Amino acid sequence: MTELTWVRVCALTDIRPLGARTIPHRKGEIAVFRCGDDSVFAVLNRCPHKQGPLSEGIVHGHRVACPLHSWVIDLESGEAVAPDVGCTPKIPTKVEDGAVWLAVPA
Amino acid sequence: MLPISRERLVVVGNGMAGMRTVEELLKLDPTRFDITVFGAEPHPNYDRIMLSSVLAGEKQVDDIVINTRAWYEENDISLHAGDPVVKIDPKSRTVTAQSGLTVPYDRLLLATGSKPIVPPIPGLNLPGVCAFRDIADVDTMIDASTKHRKAVVIGGGLLGLEAAWGLKRRGMDVALVHLMPTLMERQLDETAGKLLQRDLTERGIAFFTNGQTEEVTGKDRVTGIKLADGRGAPADLVVVAIGIRPETTLAREAGLEVNRGIVVGDNLSTSDPDIFAVGECAEHRGQVVGLVAPIWDMAKVCAHHLAGGDELIYTAQVSATRLKITGIDVYSAGQLAAGEDEDEIVLRDARRGAYRKLVMRDGKVVGTVLYGDVTDGAWYFDLIRRRTDVSDIANRMILGQTALGGGASTEPDVAAMPDDMQICGCNGVCKGTIVDTIKAKGLDNYEAVKAHTKASASCGSCAPLVRQLLAATLGVEVAGPAIPTVCKCTDHTHEEVRAQILKQKLKAQAAVREAMAWKTPDGCASCRPALNFYLLCAWPGEYQDDSRSRFINERAHANIQKDGTYSVIPRMWGGTATPAELAAIATVAAKYDVKEVKITGGQRLGIYGIKKPDLPAVWGELTDAGLVSGHAYAKGLRTVKTCVGLEWCRFGTQDSTSLGKQLERLTWGNWTPHKFKMGVSGCPRNCAEASIKDFGVVCVESGFDLLVGGNGGIELRGTDKLCHVATEAEVLEYCAAFMQLYREEARYLDRTAPWIERVGIAYVRTRIVDDTEGRKALAEKFRHAQSFLQDDPWAERANQGVDATEFKPLPALV
Repeated sequence: MTELTWVRVCALTDIRPLGARTIPHRKGEIAVFRCGDDSVFAVLNRCPHKQGPLSEGIVHGHRVACPLHSWVIDLESGEAVAPDVGCTPKIPTKVEDGAVWLAVPA
Repeated sequence: MLPISRERLVVVGNGMAGMRTVEELLKLDPTRFDITVFGAEPHPNYDRIMLSSVLAGEKQVDDIVINTRAWYEENDISLHAGDPVVKIDPKSRTVTAQSGLTVPYDRLLLATGSKPIVPPIPGLNLPGVCAFRDIADVDTMIDASTKHRKAVVIGGGLLGLEAAWGLKRRGMDVALVHLMPTLMERQLDETAGKLLQRDLTERGIAFFTNGQTEEVTGKDRVTGIKLADGRGAPADLVVVAIGIRPETTLAREAGLEVNRGIVVGDNLSTSDPDIFAVGECAEHRGQVVGLVAPIWDMAKVCAHHLAGGDELIYTAQVSATRLKITGIDVYSAGQLAAGEDEDEIVLRDARRGAYRKLVMRDGKVVGTVLYGDVTDGAWYFDLIRRRTDVSDIANRMILGQTALGGGASTEPDVAAMPDDMQICGCNGVCKGTIVDTIKAKGLDNYEAVKAHTKASASCGSCAPLVRQLLAATLGVEVAGPAIPTVCKCTDHTHEEVRAQILKQKLKAQAAVREAMAWKTPDGCASCRPALNFYLLCAWPGEYQDDSRSRFINERAHANIQKDGTYSVIPRMWGGTATPAELAAIATVAAKYDVKEVKITGGQRLGIYGIKKPDLPAVWGELTDAGLVSGHAYAKGLRTVKTCVGLEWCRFGTQDSTSLGKQLERLTWGNWTPHKFKMGVSGCPRNCAEASIKDFGVVCVESGFDLLVGGNGGIELRGTDKLCHVATEAEVLEYCAAFMQLYREEARYLDRTAPWIERVGIAYVRTRIVDDTEGRKALAEKFRHAQSFLQDDPWAERANQGVDATEFKPLPALV
């Protein structure tokens, strides 16, 4: 079983509303999104379709549209929105006292 | 069980005439008959007039279905679609279908329509030859357009022209053969016919007039046609549309009286009083009909008699004709030319390519032909139908209804129309009926008005009038259904959103979404970029561009490539470069170890394979050498392609390079609904390919030909000529005005080509060429917007820290 550890990655204000930042990681780049309601989600920065960088897409609701071919990924689950099928790994997040935390493998 | 005493009505023909009669009958007496319908085609009843729109790709087959299968079920009608009747036996009062099914009738309705006329020439049975009559024909044509290139249409009437245009729209090379010297000679006079031929020639259709087809050639498939005078054309598809003839075979075999059509009396019954005939198969007092309006009249009268009435009689009325070719407006009604004791009033506007003619007798209008501007068609038609005495306005009425009233509007004034003025010629619906129905049923949308009144439900050409009436009745703006909404987040159209942004002075996206009841809190990837552009266009200098509503390329000011790296393309004014600029590009390419440097299609150098975090540094070095963003990523001004022109070329007539640079200096940095490309050629040899650009200039000795609406992309489209101007200053003014009109009126993601196809080049000329004040105002608005837009986005990001977080990753996690 993989141990997850909570790590503080940035202040909430470091990400613009409806924006994203990327975080290099040894298992692949992570994209952290801040939605319009200030909820924060993180997924592996790779569209299940053609590996497009999701961090560059337009964020709307709790979703992001991939910049390469407009697949829409549901950030709550990491799943592509129908009719497309696919999934990108999701990383648990929390926001505490204005700071963004990610749960990553220890 | 229903009472056994119901009479049995059998309808032969599941087309527009037959089903309209059934609809009218159900309105009068829904329970009188057990109804059985036979149709040869395996489809429910559809709007045959709209087949040309299906062919042109403007509608799908589903869009043109009039009565769905559910309708037949709801009304308890047995439908046998795809099972044609092969025999009628009036003695035993039965009909027999191809499947062997025999059904008895008490009353029989024949609505067998017509069949295409087949000329007596060899080769018509070859694969690749079809008519233009039903869905199967349209399928054949669409299929051919995906596999083959060359089409020949035989017949230059309404149907043939619509077939030719549809095939052209689908990308085929189209030639049209017509027996007569001018097109549509039964509906248009010679002048209008020639104008039509000129406009269609400009759109790339080739014509063989005075052409008698002698043979369709080919062995296993059609390969071409030969004309009697020796001319010929290659073809992979031949469409025969020389006319139609009433389908009377069954009636004739059943012993009914048949002439050209099945002979009917004023009550639409045939020589057998229990058998009725309506539509194109019927002949009334020596006349057969092919237009929808008289057929609807027949349906009404026939239903009345089937339901037991004996009062209504059918009388032939004047009909109007309209051609359904996007952007070409043709209208005619009544008499086409003056005979003895008659006068013609003619108005020609050569600059706008418009023409109108009225034929007058005894102070009354008896005919009209309109070309290019048909807004007054309904008015003239009304005057013809009513035989109104117009002696007191005869000398001015050629200018149109609005000119008489002194108004400046180009739209007909629906409020001024009398209640009994006919709005929908196809369905015979008057203004009063529409207004009363809107009020009585509380209708608030166009679809409902169409469904309840049938106005605009057939050929659809009066839909704008119906919408205006709805708007006038409700006192609000109303948009139509065929107009797309911005996206799934809203039911509003692009036009409505833009109108409200201005009207309610909405200056932020959230304000628009709130005021117009958006269904999502922050829109989606479709509407956000659109709203961002609309606000930017409406409020220059006030609205703050929202980078989060930009696609990545416009947000990062570079093009994302499939591996996630970016390309950097600096502006090279008019395709020129200085040694220092070339050196800077070379230095950057070496220093950042780029994968490729390539000359792009727009006459500049592209640097490919830059990593996103390196972009600001790359831009910094390019900026130091005086280079700015080429906006190669933007829905905005891209490039101005030029040839060397007068400076170097022995054919050059003007300094095209300098003019191209001036145009680029004027327009760079501008955001438009979609990308915008220009070209300036120094002579008609057109080396800069100006005729496939959004705005093109071809220099000639006497000045400059201005071209608009070209596209060399997915759907190739040559430009339309806007006008000719004499000076460079005029070129710049017309360009600015044209771009501003496009910015203000096209939908987001419309290139100029589809936008012009929709509104028509005549409209663009009206705004840019004819209206001097309007043009100057548009150009001024463009220049005002530019005063806020011409900041180089690269310099801002390289040197002023704009959008820094966009390019900088967060610290790595280990």
